Amino acid sequence: MDMSTLFTPEASKPTGTRRRAFLKTPLVGLTLCVGLPGFGLAADEPQKYGGDGMPNGLRESPKIFVSIAPDGTVSVVVHRSDMGQGVRTSMPRIVADELEADYKRIRVLQAPGDEAKYGNQDTDGSRSTRHWFMPMRRCGAAARQMLEQAAADQWKVPVGEVEAQNHQLVHKPTGKKLGFGAVAVAASKLDVPATASLKLKDPSKFRYIGKTDTTLTDGPGIVTGKSQYGIDTRLPGMFYAVVARPPVLGGKVKRFDAAETMKVPGVVKAFAIEGVPPPSEFMPVGGVCVVAKDTWAAIQGRKALKIEWDDGTHASYDSEAFRRELQEAVSKPGGKVVRNEGDAYAALASAAKKFEADYYVPHYAHATMECPAATARIVNGACEIWAPSQSPQAARDRVAKSLNLPAEKVTVNVTLLGGGFGRKSKADFVVEAAQASKAMNGAPVKLTWTREDDLHNDYFHAVSAQHLEAGIDANGKIVAWVHRAAEPTIASIFAPDQKNLAAFELGLGLTGMPYQIPNVRIENPEAVAHTRIGWLRAVNNIQHAFAAQSFIAEVAYSVGKDHRDYLLDLLGPDRLIDPRKIEPWNHGESPERYPINTGRLRKVIEKVSQEAGWGKKLPSGQGLGLAAHYSFVSYMAAVVEVAVTPKGELVIPRVDIAVDCGPQINPDRIRSQLEGACVMGLSQAVVSEITFKNGRAEQDNFHQYEIVRMNMAPKKIVVHFIPSESYDAPLGGVGEPAVPVIAPALMNAIFGATGKRIRRLPLKDQLSSPV
Amino acid sequence: MTTLQINGKPTTVDATPDTPLLWVLRDHVGLTGTKFGCGMALCGACTVHLDGVAVRSCQTPISAATGKKITTIEGVGASKVGKAVQNAWLSIGVPQCGYCQAGQIMTATALLEKTPKPSDAEIDGAMSGNLCRCGTYTRIRSAIKVAAGMKGEA
Repeated sequence: MDMSTLFTPEASKPTGTRRRAFLKTPLVGLTLCVGLPGFGLAADEPQKYGGDGMPNGLRESPKIFVSIAPDGTVSVVVHRSDMGQGVRTSMPRIVADELEADYKRIRVLQAPGDEAKYGNQDTDGSRSTRHWFMPMRRCGAAARQMLEQAAADQWKVPVGEVEAQNHQLVHKPTGKKLGFGAVAVAASKLDVPATASLKLKDPSKFRYIGKTDTTLTDGPGIVTGKSQYGIDTRLPGMFYAVVARPPVLGGKVKRFDAAETMKVPGVVKAFAIEGVPPPSEFMPVGGVCVVAKDTWAAIQGRKALKIEWDDGTHASYDSEAFRRELQEAVSKPGGKVVRNEGDAYAALASAAKKFEADYYVPHYAHATMECPAATARIVNGACEIWAPSQSPQAARDRVAKSLNLPAEKVTVNVTLLGGGFGRKSKADFVVEAAQASKAMNGAPVKLTWTREDDLHNDYFHAVSAQHLEAGIDANGKIVAWVHRAAEPTIASIFAPDQKNLAAFELGLGLTGMPYQIPNVRIENPEAVAHTRIGWLRAVNNIQHAFAAQSFIAEVAYSVGKDHRDYLLDLLGPDRLIDPRKIEPWNHGESPERYPINTGRLRKVIEKVSQEAGWGKKLPSGQGLGLAAHYSFVSYMAAVVEVAVTPKGELVIPRVDIAVDCGPQINPDRIRSQLEGACVMGLSQAVVSEITFKNGRAEQDNFHQYEIVRMNMAPKKIVVHFIPSESYDAPLGGVGEPAVPVIAPALMNAIFGATGKRIRRLPLKDQLSSPV
Repeated sequence: MTTLQINGKPTTVDATPDTPLLWVLRDHVGLTGTKFGCGMALCGACTVHLDGVAVRSCQTPISAATGKKITTIEGVGASKVGKAVQNAWLSIGVPQCGYCQAGQIMTATALLEKTPKPSDAEIDGAMSGNLCRCGTYTRIRSAIKVAAGMKGEA
């Protein structure tokens, strides 16, 4: 570090046998029966929630996160990864506000992967700000009180007469002032005040928290090309590598011939790298690595490889046949019963009217603009990594395991991430880089995935088939709700033979269905995973919200009711639902602090429909569509406005999104996340799809795996906040929960515009060709 | 050995003539602001200017770039329009992950150099070759209007 660290970091605690997020989360899902409290803990172990419940929990000491140089520059360590959500801006702003620091004099340092020191570092689940807002406030407040104490000591006055104000310490009776830098050394020698003695700012005095400001920590670096992403790492004497990976899940290299590869100018070496057979969790799948003097030579060398693959048992995976298989599985009663209230089948049989529909959502790829890439070198038995990792501590552990080193001998430096969306929580590409460096005797190697690699060997979003049935009474009210969902589970990357959804997947928008319906039955038939399945921004909520929110609109139409009115009516009176009764996972949050609040869902529906002009007369070929969904403990509703041309082309003049995420810490970044979620949701709804044939993903690049471009993007996206009553109110997630409302709102709008109901994603040419 | 004019500086590189300019900039010259996104001219992340024209450097062999003025994201701020575009990007808060934004800025700058007051259709037409997975398109449109001195809508 090029500055003196005056708030010295605490010594690292030994890592020991710490539990790991990736292991813990799915195992919770695998070992628990829905509805059982306790999450598999021993009876005497109290259940922890939120950030406390995450592996390695929370930290709040300024001795970990804050250092102040003699010139007053305040450095704030950010231990979460920035993949576009703005955490490197939002976290330091929280600390700066409580510290009474001038944000312009804050420098941001990025923590390497070390959870024993920094607490939980999984940047996922829409929970960085949700879990760390209060610890970061306390961190800033503690640092401020230490500076005030140090100034009081120097002036020999009571500490109550000293107040930090905008990067200075002021002796209120005399007006004497000291800069932060002048007392930093003395302050660093003081004990950190106990949590109970911290004096948090009155929110009316916040200067940064809750204020709209477009300033970004990395903005200037980004617009001038100076920011360092994982793919940008450069070390002296560095080699460049790419890997040819098995195209089929569980495939292996039978034999390979690199004779032609070695003739490519610049190619240095070609060798097999070890893979872990399925379930390979976060470890590489193996293949043949080509190392060269630049990336282009490595890519050319890989093209010249002759590889014979042993494809293994998934070589027959055909996603079109699998779609029919899943649809068959959900077409009849059966599967694991994951929620059951009343007698839905009896109520269906005796209902005045029945309505049923099937929905299909394909595999998606993350397609981060920055493909996975990592750089490794091994010097004197220690491995150093630079990687765009959402989970650097997991990468550290996997690299250590792969190289047979203790974790203390592995450093994972976190770069900026050129997109994450869940892909970069996986360490496979990081471990590959370490293996390549090892094969090069520890020389630095940057290993880059090409777009083809990224689309062929992703941890794909699960494909799904869903069947819904509603029993409707004589007044048009739903009295029975049957929902069957078959989709391969993320648990399949962690344990063999996983065919049912894990608790956390059921909790992503399936069993938490909050509408007031007396008879509910939700079933989960088995589905085999034929490829690696992973978390993709909003995860299972995407398909669950698409099906349920399309279905309710369809039922409303079938009984001649206005969709918005029907949705509100179905929601019933405002009430708090105990998540333990229907959705015990509850995103790891306390059921008392985070009940499912139907009143908050009602408010976002009312707000968004009002702002979007719900009910207004539109010309023929235009429509408004509504959807609402609760996920990541936030409440979202969207109205999409569409115009469909006679040729079946889609124009989206406007999207309105209403959000209740509790207190809004960095409003501009919340808006940007919702705008981005809207565009990503449109990609999923309209153009994106990964298909498999002969076990292989069929899409090679962006001409086949399309994502929305500017000409398809909405002309306008308007975000509406539901104000929070207090900064003490529980925070909701922001990064993910706007994604799931987009596809159903769009399809409901298309129905309004054209009368065509789209139940299979993506839309592609379904409007211009016979379905 | 090939000599290239990069951001006003003659730069000599040792790469085969068919090597794409992208990899020469990134791996040989160390100008990593120009990004790899697809390698097939489908995403625009690698956009640079050759004599002021926006091109995809992943599909431009260095043999096609010799004798031309190459401008990258590291050098585009030297022009008035390039600087205005960068400033507009900051004032609107366009970037999320930021990875595609170098290419977006290079394309937007080339657009405004040629069409100082573009219509919405001209903006969409020029920019639709540049993918953004974070979905910053509405802000990019606004920022281009701000850079052009037109009324921007946030």
